[in-house]
Amino acid sequence: MAALARLQERLEGLREEYFLTNRAIDEDRKTKYKAAVKIQRWFRACRVRAYLRHLSRMVILIQKWWRGYLRRKNFREIVERAYFIKKLKFYNEMAVRIQKMWRGYYVRKYIHNFYVLKKYLKAVSVNNELVRSELQEYAEMKENEKKMKDLEKKEKEKKYQARKMHYLLSTEQIPGIYNSPFKKSPDPMELLLRKSKPLTHRKQQVKSPFAELYDWPTCKKPPAFVTALPLLPADRQKPQGPFRNPAEVLQQRYKPLEPTLRVRESMYSPQAKAKEATQREEWRNPLHDNEFLPFSSYHKNDEKYEPSLCKSGKYGQEAYGTKYFREVYPKKWIADKDFETLFSSIALFEKFGKTYSSTGQIV
Amino acid sequence: MTLWCLMKGRRRLEESTREMTEREKINAAKAGGLTVFVTQSSESSAIPGYLLFSVSWPVWRFASVVCLLRPLLMDVIPSIRQTSALALGRLGDYDVKLAEAIVKAGILPQLICSLPEENRYYKKTAAFVLRAIAKHSPQLAQAIVQCGALEMLVICLEDFDPGVKEGASWALGYIARHNPELSQAVVDAGAVPLLVLCIQEPEIALKRIAASTLSDISKHSPELAQTVVDAGAIAHLAQMISNPDAKLKRQVLSALSQIAKHSVDLAELVVEAEIFPVVLTCLTDSDEYVKKNGATLIREIAKHTPELSQFIVNSGGVAAVIDCIGSCKGTVRLPGIMTLGYVAAHSENLSMAVIVSKGIPPLCVCLIEEHEDHIKAAAAWALGQIGRHSAEHARHVAVANVLPTLLDVFMDTHSSEDLKMKTKKALKNILQKCTHFPALEPLLHDAPPSIMKYIIGQFSKVLPHDSKARRLFVTTGGLKKVQEIKAEPGSLLQEYINTINNCYPEEIVRYYSPGYSEMLLERVENYQPVL
Repeated sequence: MAALARLQERLEGLREEYFLTNRAIDEDRKTKYKAAVKIQRWFRACRVRAYLRHLSRMVILIQKWWRGYLRRKNFREIVERAYFIKKLKFYNEMAVRIQKMWRGYYVRKYIHNFYVLKKYLKAVSVNNELVRSELQEYAEMKENEKKMKDLEKKEKEKKYQARKMHYLLSTEQIPGIYNSPFKKSPDPMELLLRKSKPLTHRKQQVKSPFAELYDWPTCKKPPAFVTALPLLPADRQKPQGPFRNPAEVLQQRYKPLEPTLRVRESMYSPQAKAKEATQREEWRNPLHDNEFLPFSSYHKNDEKYEPSLCKSGKYGQEAYGTKYFREVYPKKWIADKDFETLFSSIALFEKFGKTYSSTGQIV
Repeated sequence: MTLWCLMKGRRRLEESTREMTEREKINAAKAGGLTVFVTQSSESSAIPGYLLFSVSWPVWRFASVVCLLRPLLMDVIPSIRQTSALALGRLGDYDVKLAEAIVKAGILPQLICSLPEENRYYKKTAAFVLRAIAKHSPQLAQAIVQCGALEMLVICLEDFDPGVKEGASWALGYIARHNPELSQAVVDAGAVPLLVLCIQEPEIALKRIAASTLSDISKHSPELAQTVVDAGAIAHLAQMISNPDAKLKRQVLSALSQIAKHSVDLAELVVEAEIFPVVLTCLTDSDEYVKKNGATLIREIAKHTPELSQFIVNSGGVAAVIDCIGSCKGTVRLPGIMTLGYVAAHSENLSMAVIVSKGIPPLCVCLIEEHEDHIKAAAAWALGQIGRHSAEHARHVAVANVLPTLLDVFMDTHSSEDLKMKTKKALKNILQKCTHFPALEPLLHDAPPSIMKYIIGQFSKVLPHDSKARRLFVTTGGLKKVQEIKAEPGSLLQEYINTINNCYPEEIVRYYSPGYSEMLLERVENYQPVL
């Protein structure tokens, strides 16, 4: 029993000891476990790292090869393109230089050419002078024409007045107003009166509608067509009878002559003179003198006479067609008698050829 | 006298329109026409007040006369119809209200419908009525077109009698001149080829009217002008330029200029018709309006492109235009001035050609002599166009003593706004290129600040480089004047003034600055003499 009590006392301590040793072993185990885990962890990490390094090295290798392959494929094109661009730039440069020089030359020679401009301006002023002088001449010509027209009008007026006042002419006995005995020579009006014919108050001539065209200095004759019938005096007696309208007749009678161009041309005009040369040629050059000789085939058709087929027989002309027309075969007649009439013929017609004609033949 | 006639005519018409014998009817219609004719014949010498008085009194009576004339238009006897149509025409010609009364009374359809069967006198009179109504306003012309008058007028144009053709084309011309739609209606009725045929007829009056109608048609738009050109009008019009009749030339030149003004192609077509040396003879014609229309034609051609202007210069047109300007007065000069402006505006070579042809003196004379503002404005514009291209051009303009004139016009209080603006622009353009100092210096003394800055600007460009000019500038008093100018600091004018001042030594600048003498005297006062 004492051993048991001693054991029991030791049991308490044993328990504690047991617990403590176990605890120590456990802790020991834990630290060893942790250390082992640590080592394993590290090792695994190293392995993984080595694997990753390996992987990345492989990937780099693959990519390197692949990229190199792609680039080598496109390399030619890239080089060609770069070369082309370089050449193009170079050519552009050179072209710009050429254009620069050409444009400078062209502009200096043609567009901004000072000397040409100077000559042009001189030419312009010379031309202007010419134009001005021509216009001046034209204006003067017009002025002169106007003056001439006015003068003519005045002259006409004066002459008309003189004709109206013809009675003022001086006679042998009585000197007229314009012929004063105290003056040495008669007034110009007197001379005009002497020259003029007395005016009778018949109907004045109707002003021709072409008068205004006659005024045009370049138009020497009126237009050939007549737009209105000439006006006759309204109080004429119309003659009785089937006469044409007198205005029409007069128009037809006095229709202006419209000669052809050849007739209108004067003998001395340049065209006529030019014709002379050709005429002389023709006079020199003909083959024979008979101008109007016809061609050799002219009489061809009237030399040979061809009689018509119907009228010609073997020995000459037949009488058929002239002497008789139809042929008569009495042998072919069926009966001797002629046709009989059933009805009596018209009595008057029976007498035809029998009664009143001496040369009529009785059948 | 007129009132009595009016009374008499009206009473006769009123009393017995139905029971009158033919003679009386004719007389009544003639009286109706005569009354208006009396008032119209007094028009040529009368005072307008008198006319208004003589018409306003029985205007309502006139309106009733219209109603009375209406049955006479349908009378059996042709001479009555014709006289009543003539009376209507004269009434309509005289006053707008009467024309409106005629349109409202519905007379036109019956007038127009009976046209094809009538004789040529009636046709002429009917055309006269239509023309008298159409001339007053576009609405009346529209009313006429709606009645179907255009077809009838075109039928009249095909008639043989030249008087009928003249009346018809005159009426068409008055209708077409109001606006483009009416013109288009006239063209659609097929009038243009017939008008071109009318132009070739020998009667001068018919040619005139046909040319004037073509001018009225083609003035509105390029399409209408193209229609006229397609009918072959240009060749015939070009031939007629050398005709001696002045009124015909007016119309022909006006027609050609209305055609040429719309576009480059039309202008080239007109030029290809070989008008060129012949048109220049028109510029020396004795009739003013022929000169004006000739200059207008040349202007319309010159304004489109430099090539056309070049062509005009080469054919000596510029010299002729310059002579024309020199020989006329008033509005007749205006197209010529504008021609020179257009020619000079295209390029500097052309501008030099204008200068060489002695173009500047007449323009300067215009600027001085003319009273109308728009002519002066045109002359100022033309001078600006000549001088603006380069220093050489500006020098020619300045040497002709133009700048002081321009400045005077600009400063004149009576000038209109438009004139002032144009003169200012011209001065600006010329001054910006002018380096001719003898001409610039007088301007320094008179110019307002807006012009001054250009002048000073020019000086500031040249003075730094030219020592002789600097000396001249001082001796002519320019520097003094420059010092007297007050300018806001920082403005362009101040910069120019500074540039000029920097060209001279400081003493001289101070010497010429205003108030220098006072400053010196003050110094004298404050000086302590050295004993």
